[in-house]
Amino acid sequence: MSDTHAETVSYVRETMLPQQEPPASTVGPLGWAKTNLFSGWFNTVLSVLSGLFILWLAYRLLPWIISPTWQATSLNECREIIGALNKPHGGACWGVISERWKQLMFGFYPPEHYWRPVLSLILLLVALGPLLFRHLVPAKVIYFSMLYPFIAAWLLWGGTIWNPIVAILGFVIIGLSLKFLTSVLNPALALIIGVVLAVIWWVALAGTVAGGLSAVLPIGIEAIASRQFGGFMLSITIGVTAILCSLPIGILLALGRQSDLLLVKAMCVGFIEFIRGVPLITLLFVASVLLNIFLPPGTNFDIILRVIIMVTLFASAYMAEVVRGGLAALPKGQYEGADSLGLDYWQSQRLIIMPQALKISIPGIVSTFIGVFKDTTLVSIISMFDPIGLSNAIRADTAWNGVYWELFIFIGLVFFIFCFSMSRYSMYLERRLQTGHR
Amino acid sequence: MKKSVFLGALTVAGLAAGASAAATLDDVKARGKLNCGVSTGLAGFSAPDANGEWGGFDVAVCRAVAAAVLGDPSAVEFVSTTGKTRFTALSSGEIDMLARNTTWTLSRDVDLKFTFTGVNYYDGQGFMVPKELGVSSAKELDGATVCIQTGTTTELNLADYFRKNGMNYEPVPIETNAEAQQQYLAGACDVYTTDASGLAATRATFETPADHVILPEIISKEPLGPLVRHGDDEWGDIVRWTLYALVAAEEMGITSTNVGDLSAAAGDNPEMNRMLGTEGNLGEMLGLEANWAVNAISAGGNYGEIFATNIGEETPIGLSRGLNAQWTEGGLMYAPPFR
Repeated sequence: MSDTHAETVSYVRETMLPQQEPPASTVGPLGWAKTNLFSGWFNTVLSVLSGLFILWLAYRLLPWIISPTWQATSLNECREIIGALNKPHGGACWGVISERWKQLMFGFYPPEHYWRPVLSLILLLVALGPLLFRHLVPAKVIYFSMLYPFIAAWLLWGGTIWNPIVAILGFVIIGLSLKFLTSVLNPALALIIGVVLAVIWWVALAGTVAGGLSAVLPIGIEAIASRQFGGFMLSITIGVTAILCSLPIGILLALGRQSDLLLVKAMCVGFIEFIRGVPLITLLFVASVLLNIFLPPGTNFDIILRVIIMVTLFASAYMAEVVRGGLAALPKGQYEGADSLGLDYWQSQRLIIMPQALKISIPGIVSTFIGVFKDTTLVSIISMFDPIGLSNAIRADTAWNGVYWELFIFIGLVFFIFCFSMSRYSMYLERRLQTGHR
Repeated sequence: MKKSVFLGALTVAGLAAGASAAATLDDVKARGKLNCGVSTGLAGFSAPDANGEWGGFDVAVCRAVAAAVLGDPSAVEFVSTTGKTRFTALSSGEIDMLARNTTWTLSRDVDLKFTFTGVNYYDGQGFMVPKELGVSSAKELDGATVCIQTGTTTELNLADYFRKNGMNYEPVPIETNAEAQQQYLAGACDVYTTDASGLAATRATFETPADHVILPEIISKEPLGPLVRHGDDEWGDIVRWTLYALVAAEEMGITSTNVGDLSAAAGDNPEMNRMLGTEGNLGEMLGLEANWAVNAISAGGNYGEIFATNIGEETPIGLSRGLNAQWTEGGLMYAPPFR
């Protein structure tokens, strides 16, 4: 530094100034508003206009929403209450929700058994724990998660306790044949033999054995027919099963589509393209109508099971394409790296390819999940009482004929809660798996 | 050789299936429950209440048949069907009978292989307009916009009617009755057309029903009735005569309150005695108990009582008897003799 400049300066501060609070206009709510809402005249105008619009909406909607009609037992009673208040724009008739919310939740499930679906939902959250929040839940809970599908099916449909036990035995057969036959045979062959044995067990023997055991030791809870399922319970049953089954099937299909084996590849491509080329409604009609005609008379193939299978197949095809997108996004070096480590196909998929491909696909996977869950309302077309179908049935009651918005707002709100939580979870998962490549 | 064996097996399977389908009555008795197909929800005709109990005009027919066959009006498994699934549900054997405001037409009877066992409600397509339009006849509707459910016979009837009368209209296609109510009230169309019973039920839900009129013209015939599969005439007879028993009961003045007294001992009216089983063996001919008609009438009352409690003038639906009155009172309800 030259000294010419120093002579022109009359005063030099030698001590540091103490740190000061930032100006009030840049911190706190005020600062937030200034940077986000009122930065520049254009944004200010937009903010003011939007604020006015929101206020106007609230001014028109709130008087309608806040309506003391929770005790009303019919639409006419609602109208009397609202008429007495002399409101200019009318009011909502919430009596229909307070009278029918249980029906919207559980359908025609017997009220004294409501604890069963509730308990299955709570257990579902426990069972999902090790899958969704791996670092928070003890790892041993995964054994409970494996048993959960059988427990839930037994709780929901009831009947003798031997049915789920006998069904589990089928999987035990697969496990045992894998364990003992792998030493003598090719693992794939062992798996096929195990599956064949298990299918023989389920189809030919399981029913008789369960019947015999329940005759000897009649332990069980009251059986509930599928016809009595309805409302959100039905949506969640179909949705959750389809969601949980479609991911593994979709991954296998995506891998099959990239396979070098011509037959496997052709089957996977054919399946995916066929299912994606057909609307879900068509598949549901096949499940409810066509199968009825094809199956021999007297066959009792549960309608909910048929619908679950169709929805699962539908979701799997979409899932396969989402996962394939993730696989395609992986650089070729990852595959070559896995090969150079000497990993075989399944090892490299499990340890290197899939963790990365699935991480990339999380937003797509969760979108598919949300879509599947919302698509369950389509079953009202085949006369199952999902929330939309029930809203129709409720309106057919002469007391509530003419109630629309209240029912749809309630149903929409519940759906929003489920779908929004799924979407938030996916964002949390993305953040947690973020390894800093971006 | 192999092919013929296969075909033979198919034939045997088909015969076995036919044989099993031919004994609906035995199936119902063995099951202890009647599987009855109803609508997923139609005001006045079938709807579940807050406890999931079904009620309505069509539902009452199911209950009467269950009472006649099994002696218990609550021994019914109600299978909800939509307009699209109802016929497959019946022909596949999922339900034993269908009572779902289904119009009796030749093609349904002949081509779809069903047997209509009578008519429990004579309906017809009508028009509803706001009073302020000042229209008093459907003939004055030239140039109107009409809300119409797509893919139904009402759509075709409407086109026919307007063509016949040399008038034009602008259709506003809608999917469901619920949507129609909203569109009509919002003024998206001048006229709403559907079955007259549906119009009455819809108008009853409006805040100011008096501001809307249902025009006097009825432009189609819609006889609604229960139906069963072809090929089991014994079962068809049971459903048919249960319905007739309800109609005849009204004609003879048998109600749910006095049926107990009247059936306790044979009275002076021989036909009543035969129907109520105090004389003759009509029940045995049908393959039912002697008191089958007593049970059917006790279930929900005679035809007039069922009408009055579900869709009559005292209910919010508020339909007058009209064509559905007894033949003695100028209607079309006419039961053949019980002999």
